[in-house]
Amino acid sequence: MDPWWIDAIKGFLIINIVLVCFAYTTWLERKLLSRMQGRFGPNRAGPFGLLQPIADLVKLVRKEAFTPMSASAKLYIAAPVLSTFTALLAFAVIPFGAGWHIWKWDVSGVVVDAPISLVLIFALGSLGVYGFIIGGWASDSKYSTLGAMRTCAQLVSYEVSLALAVLGVVIQAGTLNLSEIVHQQGTQFWFFGPQFVGLVVFFLAGTAETSRPPFDLPEGDTEIVAGYHTEYSGMRWGLFQMSEYVHMITLSALGVTLFFGGWHGPWAPLGPLWFFLKLLVVVFIFIWMRASLPRLRYDQLMRFGWKILLPVATLNAFVTALVVVAVN
Amino acid sequence: MANELIPATLKGFAVTFREIFKKPITQQYPEVKRPVYPRFRGRHQLHLHANGLEKCVGCSLCAAACPADCIRVVADENTPDNRVSAGERYARIYEINLSRCIFCGYCELACPFDAITLGNEYEISEYSRDDLIYTKDMLLGRPVKKIPVADPSIYDTPVPYYKTHS
Repeated sequence: MDPWWIDAIKGFLIINIVLVCFAYTTWLERKLLSRMQGRFGPNRAGPFGLLQPIADLVKLVRKEAFTPMSASAKLYIAAPVLSTFTALLAFAVIPFGAGWHIWKWDVSGVVVDAPISLVLIFALGSLGVYGFIIGGWASDSKYSTLGAMRTCAQLVSYEVSLALAVLGVVIQAGTLNLSEIVHQQGTQFWFFGPQFVGLVVFFLAGTAETSRPPFDLPEGDTEIVAGYHTEYSGMRWGLFQMSEYVHMITLSALGVTLFFGGWHGPWAPLGPLWFFLKLLVVVFIFIWMRASLPRLRYDQLMRFGWKILLPVATLNAFVTALVVVAVN
Repeated sequence: MANELIPATLKGFAVTFREIFKKPITQQYPEVKRPVYPRFRGRHQLHLHANGLEKCVGCSLCAAACPADCIRVVADENTPDNRVSAGERYARIYEINLSRCIFCGYCELACPFDAITLGNEYEISEYSRDDLIYTKDMLLGRPVKKIPVADPSIYDTPVPYYKTHS
């Protein structure tokens, strides 16, 4: 057990690294997306537009933080804070390294090593939904309310498939502790092989869970302007964006942890670097999907979630349980 | 349906991936400027005769033709010791409010002396609306920036006479 100040330092470092990752994910997304569409993307601020996230931040902070007259002010302000807070908090249980021995302290490679860390991540994700719903409702605008409704319906329906997809890994590893799951993958095999169906379901449900295209109905801009954050501006809007991107990063990190061996590499014990590289690949796939696939219709989204993903995930968990029982 | 859905989707993914390595077709605007068309209608230009007298005689036909009502002409008599234009009168005040102008080109069509034409300049944004009211001196002055113009011979529409001869 680390002394509390080591945890504090780790938490501080991780939260800042995640925020920098968020900033440069937006840069990477804009850059890759534009190259896929035959454009240059940001290339004015700094070399290759690398200072673009900083320019965006300065712009957002200086913009007017507008509050609609009929909005309920307290909830309106609390909503983006809540969703960002839960999104950032979820990263605390993701193991990113083997742990190090620095001077006379053993520093573990995870901020909080909770025995139920997987459940914690899902719980925090569900709490984050409140931020979207409250934000949409408190804005007192029809587009925000519609967007919040869609967000709520989509996130709740896909959370079921997401949890069931993960259940296969949990049954196979026999633990809910992420560090333990990573440790098992380091000693035997990575779970993406035996749990391939689980991985596919996890990825699809995760895309819907983070409302990334093609499942970006909560902010379907051609239909409902911007969804639940229609009435937000300035840094409050920025916080919602931040929570979405951090959510995407956390979910990618969770996928890497559960299916691709976390910080273990195929060779060379590089630890966090492997973790980062795998994360980058997953984020790249998210962006690639955005460039390639059109948005689903609402009934298609619901049918896909309830009639395809959920039965497949259930069956996967069931078969995994049978195999595990048979082998033991 | 489902057995062609997945290959088709993967094909789409292949296309987007291939595009990453291609050169973007965007033209970097402030550095690279596309030549304007020969008949392009940009900022107005007032013209002089070869002997230095103004072509504009202050008849206000351009102001009458203007659908946006952005031209203001106040005419005055030419006198022997103050001869400005070639005609009887001249435009003492000639202002175009470029924030209202729609660049339709009716003024150059209306002008009986081809005194006003629409030039090629298009980078005329300002921070203040007042700066967009162009006075006679500004309209008589030559454009500061050199705008590249496309070769007229590659288009089959003739360039109007007043574009080239005023």
